[in-house]
Formats: sequence, structure tokens, C-alpha cells
Amino acid sequence: MTRSRLVTALLVLGVVALVALPLVLDGGTSEFAGSDAQATELLEAEGREPWFESLFTPSSASVESGLFALQAALGGGVLGYVLGRLRGRRPAEGSRAEGPREDGGS
Amino acid sequence: MHIAEGFLPVTHAVGWTLAAAPFVVHGARQVVAEVRERPENTLLLGAAGAFTFVLSAVKLPSFTGSSSHPTGTGAGAVLFRPPVMALLGTIVLLFQALLLAHGGLTTLGANAFAMAVVGPWAGYGAYRLTRRLGGGLPPGVFAAMAVADLATYVTTAGQLALALPDAGTGVAGAFAKFLSVFALTQVPLAVGEGLLGVLLFRVLTANARPELERLGLLRPEPAR
Repeated sequence: MTRSRLVTALLVLGVVALVALPLVLDGGTSEFAGSDAQATELLEAEGREPWFESLFTPSSASVESGLFALQAALGGGVLGYVLGRLRGRRPAEGSRAEGPREDGGS
Repeated sequence: MHIAEGFLPVTHAVGWTLAAAPFVVHGARQVVAEVRERPENTLLLGAAGAFTFVLSAVKLPSFTGSSSHPTGTGAGAVLFRPPVMALLGTIVLLFQALLLAHGGLTTLGANAFAMAVVGPWAGYGAYRLTRRLGGGLPPGVFAAMAVADLATYVTTAGQLALALPDAGTGVAGAFAKFLSVFALTQVPLAVGEGLLGVLLFRVLTANARPELERLGLLRPEPAR
């Protein structure tokens, strides 16, 4: 069990490091513009113009980030619900061996 | 990987929509069949969709000084095979096109082809290859997540290059140009997404082992 926990902790640490290191290493010099927006800028720099506008555009950056947060919240909520249900039925099954087992692979 | 609304020429917009549509329709049928024939998998199906929903909402910084978002389509491709993700990925893209002005309706076909078709299939291929080479479930999932993510962005770069070739260097030059925007930024994110996928499947292995065994991802535990 402890080894399994260690692996989980290291995995979480790895994900956090991959996100945090770019922010720390560059010392506040980059703006971290979105790559999608950069590609769009490239197109606009070449004089390409969109021929169709979005039906609805969030009126401010704050509203837009709020809607992104809504998307993440919906996904996170459902994911948490599912994992919680799966976790919750474990003791009910009971028959399954619950001993110290290295999980995560076949 | 979201091509902005209105930037693809009409012929390309129509072409990619026609290319993606059969995959999405087939995916929708697969989802309905899955829910009807194996209702016990509905929870996991929801988890696969939710995972994509979360990951594609979060823009993460990368070492290149720009930021981008993961796709999260590899997990569902491993669990339920790629067609299911054609529908789930497209739903995510539609949500973003309608509510967030991220991507668009005219570019939905191209974006769906990249994120909901090529990504999941490439990820699934990487998963199968890893398993065939003797890798366990975690390495397989890592490969699936990372490859699905990268393949999506490479596809987007290709779509942009085809539609808007460089005046001097043509399609190849434009492809290199768009790859330089997308690919390098995406590498650390793909690795991070791979690790997240492994975390997800560790939780699933601990709590949903019967389902994973039924889906053929894990061999049944030997009786003891």
C-alpha cells in the first residue's frame, strides 16, 4: 500500500512540476499567450480575415474565464461523482480481497 | 488546436465537416449501443467524457513561454475504443464554439477531425502497440494520452497549412510554421496529460476493476 501511495504522490508531483516549472523558470518574462491565439495572429498577420463571426462571444475576458471555469466544473463534478460512486460501492461488494496489493497494471 | 471561427476557406470548412461527420454519427451510435447493451459501463462512459471536458477547459503554461490545453481524449479511447470519443470530443468542441467563442461552427468539422477522430485513433494505436510490446496498463495509458494530445495538434497544424499555404514556401513551409506554434508547446503538456491519465486509471483499477476486466484492459485476477 505504501509503495502504491508513493507512486501516486510522485505522479501528482510530476504533473504539478510540469505546470509550475515553466512559470517559475521564465521569471515572469513571458506572457504565456495561448497557442490557438498565436496561430490566429499568424493568420491575421498574413491578411487572412475571418468570413464568419462567432454567434456568441463573451463580452469580457472575465466572463470568458468564468465560462471556462464552468466547463471545468461540469467535467470535474461529473468525474468526481463517478469516481465517488465507484469508490463507494467497494465495501459493499466485500467479497473482493482487500489486502495490500500493488495495483495499476496487469 | 482550435482553429478560430471563420478562418478556414469555405471549401475546407465543408470538406472537414463531411470528413468528420461519419465518425461522429458512428460514434453516437456506439455510445447509444454501449449504454443500451452494457448499462453497467455508463458510469465509466461519463467519466471518459468528463475527463475530456475538464482537460480541454484548462489552459496550461508550457516551457516555450506560451500556453495551451490538453485534450484528454486518450482515456476514453482506451476504455471504449476511439469511435465513442468522436462523439464526446465533438460535444466538448460544440460547447466551446457556442459558449466560449473558442473554435467555431465553421471550423467544428476540422477541429472535431483533429481532436475527436485523429487524436483518439492515434492514442488508441499507441495503446495497442504498447500493450503488444508487453507494456502494462499504465504505460499503455500514458502512451495513449500523450500521443492523442500530440497527434491532435499536429493535425491542426496540417489543416491550417493545407488551407492557408505560405506564399513563399507553400504547404510544407506553412506546416513547419504552424508546427512551431503548436508542437513544442504541446510536448510537456502531453507528458503531463499522460501522467494524469495514469493517475485516473490507478483510481479506476482500484475501484472499477471488474469493469476494466470486462472491457479487456486488465486480465482477471487469479483466484486466491
